[in-house]
Amino acid sequence: MTATRQTVPADQPAQTARLLEVENLTVSLPTRQGHCNAVDGVSFGIDRGAILGLAGESGSGKTMTAMAMLGLLPHGARTGGSIRLAGTELRTMSQRGLRNVRGRRIALISQDPATSLHPMLSVGTQLTEHMRHHLGLSKDAAHARAVELLTTVRIPNPEQALGHHPGVFSGGMRQRIAIASALACDPDVLLADEPTTALDVTVQAGILRLLDRLRRERGLAVLIITHDLGVLSAVADDVCVMYGGRIVERGRRAEVLGRPGHPYTRALLDALPHPETPDSALRPIPGSPPALGAIGDWCAFEPRCGLRIEACGQRRPLLNMLPGAPAAALRDAATTDASTTDASTTDVTSTSDHEAAATSEHEAACFVTAPAGAR
Amino acid sequence: MTQLRERTAVLEASGVCVDYGPRRRRVRAVDSVNLSVRPGEVLGLVGESGCGKSSLGRALVGLEPAAEGSVRFAGQAVTPLSRRRRPELLRPLQMVFQDPYGSLNPRRKVGELIADGVRLRNGSRAEAQSLPAELLERVGLAADAVNKYPHEFSGGQRQRIAIARTLAARPRCIVADEPISALDASAQAQVANLLLTLAKEDGVAMVFISHDLSVVRQIADRVAVMYLGGIVEIGPTDAVWADPTHPYTEALVSAIPRADGLGALPVDLPGDVPDPGSPPSGCRFHPRCPLAEDRCSTTVPLLTDLPPEYDRAAACLVRVPADS
Repeated sequence: MTATRQTVPADQPAQTARLLEVENLTVSLPTRQGHCNAVDGVSFGIDRGAILGLAGESGSGKTMTAMAMLGLLPHGARTGGSIRLAGTELRTMSQRGLRNVRGRRIALISQDPATSLHPMLSVGTQLTEHMRHHLGLSKDAAHARAVELLTTVRIPNPEQALGHHPGVFSGGMRQRIAIASALACDPDVLLADEPTTALDVTVQAGILRLLDRLRRERGLAVLIITHDLGVLSAVADDVCVMYGGRIVERGRRAEVLGRPGHPYTRALLDALPHPETPDSALRPIPGSPPALGAIGDWCAFEPRCGLRIEACGQRRPLLNMLPGAPAAALRDAATTDASTTDASTTDVTSTSDHEAAATSEHEAACFVTAPAGAR
Repeated sequence: MTQLRERTAVLEASGVCVDYGPRRRRVRAVDSVNLSVRPGEVLGLVGESGCGKSSLGRALVGLEPAAEGSVRFAGQAVTPLSRRRRPELLRPLQMVFQDPYGSLNPRRKVGELIADGVRLRNGSRAEAQSLPAELLERVGLAADAVNKYPHEFSGGQRQRIAIARTLAARPRCIVADEPISALDASAQAQVANLLLTLAKEDGVAMVFISHDLSVVRQIADRVAVMYLGGIVEIGPTDAVWADPTHPYTEALVSAIPRADGLGALPVDLPGDVPDPGSPPSGCRFHPRCPLAEDRCSTTVPLLTDLPPEYDRAAACLVRVPADS
């Protein structure tokens, strides 16, 4: 796998096929009131070399979505729907099978580099251990690769750094080491869960540039999970906004952030400080996010929404094309290509083809801003 | 702004230094900082992690002893916390901490936590009974929260409880150390607005410590930018933001990603904050500075007032001519 990927240049058309396809994913967690959906019917796809942003406040189900891909859900969690990595179903895969996916084909970098690295093991040990396991490299080969990786993420004196413990490094350096460790087995997909939230803005800028470079140079597909819309604005190609376990809006970055279609996305953008308009006060979203299990078959944002109508509290809005969304012609052509290549795999249904094509356009789940049938 | 200038400062730091570690390997975390905050003014204190902004904040309220220099609150010297009771005169000088999970005792009810502030200033028993509910409503929570425990609240709500507890002590100056960093975007706006209201309506002087320049931009009247223990630029927020003098301030401002959907990658500032145990010679920013000249590695720049039209002070040999 690794070898073939390296011989094929990242920009060949065959490489742009949907690499990761999540369809109607549901994760329900056991609570005192029975199982409650923490993730509720989430669908998205990521191409090679693309960055998808998953935005939302804490408790919106964005981390659960990522953990479901790795099969690392809390005890007793139930899942539904499908997660396909290059056509292989991951959701129903055995733990043994997943062991060859985690860290090897899908890697994770987490929010806090202080806890994701083991404090008592040297950086060298942590960087080479899984390479030797997954790739069967010798000690020397793994060491050489570790040096190369640290150079990629721009750690000064990589040889020396391998002998140090994580505590020696600053937060930004540690996150770079965590990224190097995630890249060690040359994964196809990188899940970055709040990768820069714990870091300073200057360091954050460096990490974002690094992620952008990696997807260009290695064709890495990146899923960035964050509550910071500024981060997504900098690097994401597509943005999905989650609320109460559901995707409430998705589309191209410029569309979602520039012309937000869902009232929640608008509210989230309004709550941010806008450097260019200093005199406008911060506008917090009234109320607080819904608790797990408090969402029924209606719009989860209804209690906090300024635009709500009667239907919002009665039925659940589905993702609909926003009126006036421009047909992204170029993107459409690319996805049609992708779906024809995918058609060889049997489990791709006609609806998912439709879904894949639809993600390139701007959709929102709202009765008011995206009424059904409006196109 | 001019109105603020006329009033005298309520909190004043002059030449404050904070040291850590044993005598042999002393690390100077804060190096000769001068600051003053007036009633009703919000002073933003920004910088990367490790720049000493929290140490300075702790020294301002007396949680950390100042190795050199002094802090004065309403004319009274702020003495470091000791085993003795804190002087009554220092009671209106309060602090709000970053982590609302660690700063509230999980085994006590919210009402009791807030009533502590009343007891601290020898308030009446009746006041200790009634005030917590009032303050909770003031910070935007339901009055019946007095009978709940901290774990029943979200991060943003807990931070508001922590602020309500601070308010029970009738503060005249609050030092808020990263009060919103641990919160979600919408909760951040709520807490930031609350703190701003306290300063503007009650005339509380506020030191708002944050690594997030964009929030400071929104609520601070003046901003002080710290780098490796020292202030490199200080001035009115609007002016500093629009036209930063110090190259470090410039780097901080351009590193903020804008949520405009345009896909501009923020500008990277190479390198990390150096070890404060062995700071670079001369200007401490020179190894990372795009404008650095030879003299920057030998001469230490002092915080110098710029010509009046700039209305600020900065410490840079290149940008601030020595004669101004």
